[in-house]
Amino acid sequence: MTLIRQSAVMAAKDLRIEIRGRYALGAVLPFAGTLLIAFGLSLGPGRTLLQETAPGLLWLAVLFASVLSFRRSYESEGEDGALEGLLLAPMDKAAVFLGKAAAVAVQLLALEAVVVLLVAGLFGLSLGGAPAALAAAFLLGTIGLAAVGSLFGVLAESPRAREAVFPLLVLPLATPLLVAGVKATALATTGHGGEAGSWLGLLVAFDAVFLAAGTLVFGHLLED
Amino acid sequence: MRGPVHSAERALGKLTARRGERVLGLLTVVALSASAILSLIVSPPDADQKNAARLLYIHVPSAWLAYLSFAVVFVASVAYLRTRKIRWDRLAAASAEVGVLFTALAIALGSIWGKPVWGTWWTWDPRLTTTAILLLIYVGYLAVRKLPDSPARRARWAAVVGIVGFVDVPIVHLSVTWWRSLHQGATIRLLGRSTIAPMMLAALLVGVASFTLLYLYLVTLRLRVGRLEERVMAEALSPRLGQPVEMLVEQADEPGEVTVGG
Repeated sequence: MTLIRQSAVMAAKDLRIEIRGRYALGAVLPFAGTLLIAFGLSLGPGRTLLQETAPGLLWLAVLFASVLSFRRSYESEGEDGALEGLLLAPMDKAAVFLGKAAAVAVQLLALEAVVVLLVAGLFGLSLGGAPAALAAAFLLGTIGLAAVGSLFGVLAESPRAREAVFPLLVLPLATPLLVAGVKATALATTGHGGEAGSWLGLLVAFDAVFLAAGTLVFGHLLED
Repeated sequence: MRGPVHSAERALGKLTARRGERVLGLLTVVALSASAILSLIVSPPDADQKNAARLLYIHVPSAWLAYLSFAVVFVASVAYLRTRKIRWDRLAAASAEVGVLFTALAIALGSIWGKPVWGTWWTWDPRLTTTAILLLIYVGYLAVRKLPDSPARRARWAAVVGIVGFVDVPIVHLSVTWWRSLHQGATIRLLGRSTIAPMMLAALLVGVASFTLLYLYLVTLRLRVGRLEERVMAEALSPRLGQPVEMLVEQADEPGEVTVGG
């Protein structure tokens, strides 16, 4: 089996678990919604301020909610010795990483679609300006986020895992995603979609670095 | 590939012997004293900033140590994953701890300097922001080191974080530089003049050199503490229970290496 086929099998397994468990629908999405309401309440009802901060709040909600998705993705491996089973399976360790990243990316994209609509409704963010640039920002940002989260999600499943360590590690590493994603979103929603190119380029660079790094070093995190 | 790694390990072993450690400690004290005299007495006060500019002589060396330490963490992490020798993991751990200390120091000193000179404790300058994120990444690195129970697993996890964290830093810097430049034009320049007085430059170079010695000394100490920790742990787990810990620590002073896992 090639690496891509193995990754696809892995991703299909994770998505099947997700479809049966409906964790994203039942917990992650409501959490993102709660964050958005809290942001709105903390900034007050002024329309201009909310519109200006909407791209940032949108990405913050996605970033924080994604932490739950990564935890969930590895939680299921911690049960009933599933991780040992994965290690014994005749497949490349890189496929575990790529498959998990792909499965989480699909879930995050679905989550983002809803969150974007919520932000458009709650904060008055206009989506019509440059839909292609907006979609590209979310697609590229999600790939990078899925890569960094799936690489380190396995640490969250250690026997002595402390809840704070995973976000402490992932959120600073994901700073370029936050900056570039927010900037590209702000440009795309204010009719300057053409200027988002360099930010999208930065996202591509981040994705490439973390996909490559994850493929190379993920095996070291698993072997025991 | 085996050649350079091997000779680097031998040099490391010599440097961390007790005698090398004492000599290094002495050199560090002399160099730091020289640096203090140069920067506080010999070097003239700055034309604009008066005595506040003297912070340069400890702020810049601290920032230099921050980047030096994390580069060492990166190299040691790669070397650990290649050789699986626990001494590389100890080096990465020691360097990361010293690095976090000096990163925090650089930020604190910069903040103290910024108040009289820029009129603010903090500005979202790309270099400041990158340094703050750098600090968070390596605090995360140290937190990961506390997670696993087995030393071998801890070493592997830490090495991966040490590699990925370092690779991420240029992207972080690029992103915050762009983020800032799209907001407003020129960033505040610390030293307006393009030239620096020869005496100030000399004091700065001595400061950098003495801080580098301090770094080597602290890492050396930390490496020995790491060896002792491992030895005490190994002794505690061995069948020779019942010996007082002091005896074990004395035994640990003997040359030699405990290898765990790998």
